[in-house]
Amino acid sequence: MTTWEAVIGLETHVELSTRSKMFCSCPTEFGDEPNTAVCPVCLALPGALPVPNEEAIAGIVKIGLALDCEINESSLFYRKNYFYPDLPKNYQISQYTFPVCEHGSLTVDVGGEPTVVGITRVHMEEDTGKSSHIGDGGGRIHDAQHTLLDFNRAGVPLVEIVTEPDITSADQARAYAAELQRIVLSLDVSDAKLEAGSMRFDANVSVRPVGETTLGTRTETKNVNSLRSLHRAIVFEIDRQIKVRESGGRIVQETRHWNEDTGVTTSMRAKEESEDYRYFQDPDLLPLEVSPAWQEAIRSTIPALPAERRAAIIAEGVDAETAVILVDSDDLSGMFGEALGQGVPARTVALWLTGDVVAYLRRNDKTLADTSLIPEHLADLGRMVDVGDLSSSAAKEVLSAVLDGEGTPRAIAEQRDLLQVSDAGAIETAVDSVLEENADALEKIRGGDMKPFGFLVGQVMRHMGGKADPSVVRSVLEEKTSAN
Amino acid sequence: MTDLADLTITEAGVGLRSGEFTSIDLLDAVNRRSAVTEAHLHAFLTLDRDGARAAAELADADLADGNDHGSLHGIPIALKDNMCTIGVETTASSQILKGWIPPYDATAVARLRSAGAVIVGKTNLDEFAMGSSTENSAFGETRNPWNTDHVPGGSSGGSAAAAAVGSAFGSFGSDTGGSVRQPAALCGVVGMKPTYGLVSRYGLIAFASSLDQIGPFSRSVADSVALLSAIAGWDRFDATSIDGPVPDFGGSLESGVQGLKIGIVKQLMADGIDPQIVAATRAVADKLQTAGAEVIEVSMPSTEFALSAYYLIAPAEASANLARFDGVRYGHRSGVEGTTEEMMAHSRAEGFGPEVIRRILLGTYALSAGYYDAFYGQAQKVRTLVRNDFMAAYEQVDVLISPTSPTTAFKVGERSTDPIAMYYSDVCTIPSNLSGDPAISVPIGTDDGGLPIGFQVMAPALGEERMYQVAAEVERLVEFAERPFLATSEVVAP
Repeated sequence: MTTWEAVIGLETHVELSTRSKMFCSCPTEFGDEPNTAVCPVCLALPGALPVPNEEAIAGIVKIGLALDCEINESSLFYRKNYFYPDLPKNYQISQYTFPVCEHGSLTVDVGGEPTVVGITRVHMEEDTGKSSHIGDGGGRIHDAQHTLLDFNRAGVPLVEIVTEPDITSADQARAYAAELQRIVLSLDVSDAKLEAGSMRFDANVSVRPVGETTLGTRTETKNVNSLRSLHRAIVFEIDRQIKVRESGGRIVQETRHWNEDTGVTTSMRAKEESEDYRYFQDPDLLPLEVSPAWQEAIRSTIPALPAERRAAIIAEGVDAETAVILVDSDDLSGMFGEALGQGVPARTVALWLTGDVVAYLRRNDKTLADTSLIPEHLADLGRMVDVGDLSSSAAKEVLSAVLDGEGTPRAIAEQRDLLQVSDAGAIETAVDSVLEENADALEKIRGGDMKPFGFLVGQVMRHMGGKADPSVVRSVLEEKTSAN
Repeated sequence: MTDLADLTITEAGVGLRSGEFTSIDLLDAVNRRSAVTEAHLHAFLTLDRDGARAAAELADADLADGNDHGSLHGIPIALKDNMCTIGVETTASSQILKGWIPPYDATAVARLRSAGAVIVGKTNLDEFAMGSSTENSAFGETRNPWNTDHVPGGSSGGSAAAAAVGSAFGSFGSDTGGSVRQPAALCGVVGMKPTYGLVSRYGLIAFASSLDQIGPFSRSVADSVALLSAIAGWDRFDATSIDGPVPDFGGSLESGVQGLKIGIVKQLMADGIDPQIVAATRAVADKLQTAGAEVIEVSMPSTEFALSAYYLIAPAEASANLARFDGVRYGHRSGVEGTTEEMMAHSRAEGFGPEVIRRILLGTYALSAGYYDAFYGQAQKVRTLVRNDFMAAYEQVDVLISPTSPTTAFKVGERSTDPIAMYYSDVCTIPSNLSGDPAISVPIGTDDGGLPIGFQVMAPALGEERMYQVAAEVERLVEFAERPFLATSEVVAP
């Protein structure tokens, strides 16, 4: 019975949100009307020529530096030749040898286990137009009667990020993809939306028996539109390949299409040989120069990356999962940071934000800015819990009311009569009464049977109308019930 | 009384400013000339009568207002039909672009308009600039104004013929392997190729991106300077255009050649060149020597392989540059029923002529997996050797000279079925396309058949001033005053 392992590499395409396209000055943001953000260059009219976009180069270098890549001071543009109606020149300006960035890495955490994923290269290219296949095929080309072409997207700057085949599971792949998305968002170079297509993942998957060192034949899976689809598609493909191999079959090297509805990958139109792109250096473009000085200038614009920010929060005593949620939301992490600055216990605030606040916002379909929550509220709340004026559960109720805009934590606590009594004297009086009323319970406890203890705590709480600080009640009770 | 159409640009400029005649007069003159000659020549594909008239009227009004745009102000010129002209059909002499109206001007064209030039029309060429005789045009060949049984050369045959015969005062073509200089030689006019990157290629329908340059045709060296000056200089729409000050091309026109070192290229005076042309070239070299230059023989061994390297590099680049012609966004679209792929393939098969198809196939092959290193890769190495030969030569001499073409104008149909023989027409001109250096052809006489002979001067990169300096001296020394048969009074003023 063979044990199989998967070998996975991911290719990611990121559309940069530069002001203009990669090789012309058409805008990269456009409305719904097709073929309005076009010009002779991106339509590939006769005589048109490409001129590289400096902002895009800065963007790719930023991504490369964030992924710990070496930046090539001189890199080359190549023509990748193939015919397709949504590719106006019928070649794509891309890179081949000497890409902008090489030899980087990204460390991802899967269930506490870090994996280093090598980044082979990050290179610059241009996006194609969009095809809409019209007919009975549900948008697929196979059964379409005709195709409509929109070239608004043609020429938008595209960064391609290729990993080494270091990923060994769908979980790792998903973690890598999620972290890469976080990094790209934090760099503010793209809106990195999988569903909208500004960030796209293709998965190269192969399997082999554990212990074998040569790679199995791989397939490339496309059309993955969410992190969840990526995971599902890889799980499916690994499973499919194992089944094929176990039944004695061979894996065909091909591109496969993930179908979200049916949950399977299917073979795209099979090609006899792999496409020959006849790469040659583009004679319309000079070698791209990225000087060390420019690299440093770009490096200085890189903010603290998600991993670094999570580590800082964890160092404050917050658990890893909560740290992830905080860092993934600029709103939450901003609020957290400011509350911390006011001396609030990190763990408490972190859990309120990622638990109660997030739940509230979801329930009411609001953003943090829609509420009147300010860091001072959290600071006050934290202090009140700390000194015992509020129980944890009361604090949650107060927080919810604060989010609703009812006022400050103290005002709400007073209004709703939630303030706890933690004065030892008052509690002692109540404890004394309860012990008097429950002398047999006291006997039992003094005799070593702790069973009635909880009941006594409850009685004291009832006596005080639920307003006593339970921890103070306990310690007073303990003292008074200890055999002496 | 000289027909206005036979004036040089310099002479026409004087007359315009002295008020002797107007730009409209100049336009009428070239129109009268082309009315007679076009039936025999077919130099033009499109005559933009209304546009030219409007431009001439504007030029006259501007000059009257004191708004002088310079040496080309009010001068009627013609443009090769691979230069995009807004609102005027531009076909690259191909069925695949028949009826295509560019929505934009090439940068060079825009600069000519700003210079006040009057664009009379678009001239014939070998389809997509691929050819040396203009016989590859999809819209009929152009004839040589010296003898209409002969070709004008190519690929810019129409522009060369128009400038020669006086249906324009000057014209522009494009030179990838000699396509301005060779037809200039065959038509007895001045034609030059600038340093690569000196003139913007934006709006020039691309053939081979690393080789193409727009270049002027004229009836004098001084006119050539004026035409080049109007279009040269950095363009932000062309990433390969040179960013730097534009040299004063005409600064040394009167300087003569005293003290200059001139190298005559040994390999281009050898067996493959017509003996009359070799003799004529040597005679001019002797005259230059007498005029004070030191003329020595220079060996450039890589010229033997330059032709082969070119016929791998140019088609390879062209195979990618012409991929955009697929019937999807513009140009001819086949009516064939079938898949998109079939539509694209049929549009191209129907729209492209045989030479274009030949070069696309050749270029695709040279780039394909398994062959890239042996063909395209190897050709690029030879290109470096050619560059090295030039660099070494320019350590010894200031300029290089040679014949422009191995033959005078051959007969229509003589080489059209033998591509290799046709390709050989470019043997003298190709080296400077590979090196990217400037070169010019100056007419120096005719052979015993009455067909013009061209003399080539080559200079280092951005050495146009020195190149023109020597060319101007050659012009003075040879005093070539003959005009083509079609421009003689027998034909144009019977």
